[in-house]
Amino acid sequence: MDETRNVKIQVRGVSKVFGKNPKSALKLRDQGLKRPEILEKTGQTLGLSDISFDVYEGELLVIMGLSGSGKSTLIRCLNRLIDTSEGDILIDDEHIPSLSEKALLECRRRHFSMVFQNFALFPHKTVLQNAQFGLEIRGIAPAERDKKARESLTQVGLDGWEDAYPNQLSGGMQQRVGLARALANDASVLLMDEAFSALDPLIRKDMQQELLQLQSRMQKTTVFITHDLDEALNIGDRIVLLKDGEVVQIGTPEDILTKPADDYVRRFIEGVDRSRILTAESAMRPVRSTARESDGPRTALRRMRDHSIDSIYVTDRDRKLLGLLEADAASHAIEAGADTINEYMTQDFRKVTTDEPLQNLFAMFSDKSFPIAVIDEQQRLLGVVVKGAVLDELARAGE
Amino acid sequence: MDIPSIPLGYWIESGLTWLTSEYSLITRAISRVTQTGIGGLNDGLMWLPPWALLAIIALLCWKAASPRLAIGAAAGMALIWNLGLWDPMIETLTLVVIATLVAVVMAIPVGIAAALSQRLYRVIMPILDFMQTMPAFVYLIPAIPFFGIGSVSAIFATVIFSMPPAIRFTTLGIRQVPVELIEAADAYGATRGQKLFKVQLPLSLPTVMAGINQTIMLALSMVVIAAMIGADGLGSEVWRAIQRLRPGDGFEAGIAVVILAMVLDRLTQSFSKSRR
Repeated sequence: MDETRNVKIQVRGVSKVFGKNPKSALKLRDQGLKRPEILEKTGQTLGLSDISFDVYEGELLVIMGLSGSGKSTLIRCLNRLIDTSEGDILIDDEHIPSLSEKALLECRRRHFSMVFQNFALFPHKTVLQNAQFGLEIRGIAPAERDKKARESLTQVGLDGWEDAYPNQLSGGMQQRVGLARALANDASVLLMDEAFSALDPLIRKDMQQELLQLQSRMQKTTVFITHDLDEALNIGDRIVLLKDGEVVQIGTPEDILTKPADDYVRRFIEGVDRSRILTAESAMRPVRSTARESDGPRTALRRMRDHSIDSIYVTDRDRKLLGLLEADAASHAIEAGADTINEYMTQDFRKVTTDEPLQNLFAMFSDKSFPIAVIDEQQRLLGVVVKGAVLDELARAGE
Repeated sequence: MDIPSIPLGYWIESGLTWLTSEYSLITRAISRVTQTGIGGLNDGLMWLPPWALLAIIALLCWKAASPRLAIGAAAGMALIWNLGLWDPMIETLTLVVIATLVAVVMAIPVGIAAALSQRLYRVIMPILDFMQTMPAFVYLIPAIPFFGIGSVSAIFATVIFSMPPAIRFTTLGIRQVPVELIEAADAYGATRGQKLFKVQLPLSLPTVMAGINQTIMLALSMVVIAAMIGADGLGSEVWRAIQRLRPGDGFEAGIAVVILAMVLDRLTQSFSKSRR
């Protein structure tokens, strides 16, 4: 994918067999047998089979799959709460499957924080003590522990609850404590195992938003497990889709929606509200022609005629968008004998950035018929979106 | 046809004889130490005037449980005092406290080990069943050759008889700690020791306390029975009443045992409840 990003965790050919003799099960797997047959023949369950993917530094990677897909097993293989049967897992070049027990503890302390589906808070500890747990385990001095735990509680909005006990808090607040415990630890990777699945839908959405905000602030490498595609699409930078212990597809939410790898993925995404996830980028077309600010009105008009369009976007030398020139205005300029088109441009058009949801674009078309300009942060013109393309994209995704 | 009976009893007896002669040095040492402990604690409790001890116990009940228990305990103790059973009560209390201490000190590590090792668990559980179902009196018999007639034998038999619940409850308490909490501790890189002392033991504390409560109750019942091998205390009052056929004296001592039992029970229960 993106070569400029550092790989934080490499997962290569990882398999997990639940049973006494993994070798026999893997041998059958290599002969092309699937999970049910292997279970029947050996009495062992093939939990994961030949999983490979990368987790990039600072990204939020979602591993998604239904129950039995092996996602919980997979996340536990990363910090070796479950031992793998074959394959390699590397974090910063540290080979996790072969670590000694002592080195494994050290690796977990340094690299992994974990947030659990049912919170897994310690009922005999206060909120503050819970948030300190990872630091306490690492033997950090009490004063510093206290400071860091308070900071992370502030980050998740739990000021003033330090001395409460977990059973005095609502589910959403308990999971905030779980998150604070993970953040205080300052490990390099955050593992979230169905972290929001036990929460009410509304609170869940809130937590997703907050996680995204935290993520944009802290850029923490995060591996997030979920069975909920909406959640995966909403928060994931990339998604690894699992089915029956195998990877079905790896890609950005948009890849998954627009280019489903197979029928399974296609059926999966049927229930999703696509317009919310599709963005201007997916419906964007290259600009057929632009005018330069230095062009005279005649040149601009000729370009419009050549491409049979009745308006043209005007940019400077760096493709920075300056305005829109309509054919009528160009004619006026010629009649008035103007040398440049500067004074005849209009700003009365819509411009959006690439991540604007398609749904919003749809509303913009109702009042103006100009193509919508798509720009980047430097105001450079990247392309245009026409009404037909939006409809087309929505329709195609809806198939 | 006459099937010869297996000489089980003979084997056990010769085994015990061998043990007594081979390890007499050890048993005598244990006897000496225990005797000193009993003497010291007993003297200490006796040195306190009855009203002072009564006040201490009432205060303890007040702090740990409720004013109601404090009043009840004070009234009960006052009754014992009034009946002239104060000294035997103190002797019984001494035996209970020492036997419980010894039993708990041995039981908790065993309980922890059994909780953490499935193999040990399988070995220990049948032994506990044996210890608990064997009629309590039987323990008194081998105690005598080991430690002679008196309080030390009583303690020995009492410890064996009262230890099982403390072991069982400790094991149960640790095994009951939710797996997800263990997983959380593991995920943050906790060592076995950290897991045990920061998670498993604190969370199993209420259950362990319930086990200790059971141990105390069993110890109390046993030290009363141990009067048969010469242990002092309320038991010997009952024993004397039986021999002289004086039901009134017997019931007075019996009621004193009940009062002591209730105070100890409620007090230790409140300790286990007041924790999270």
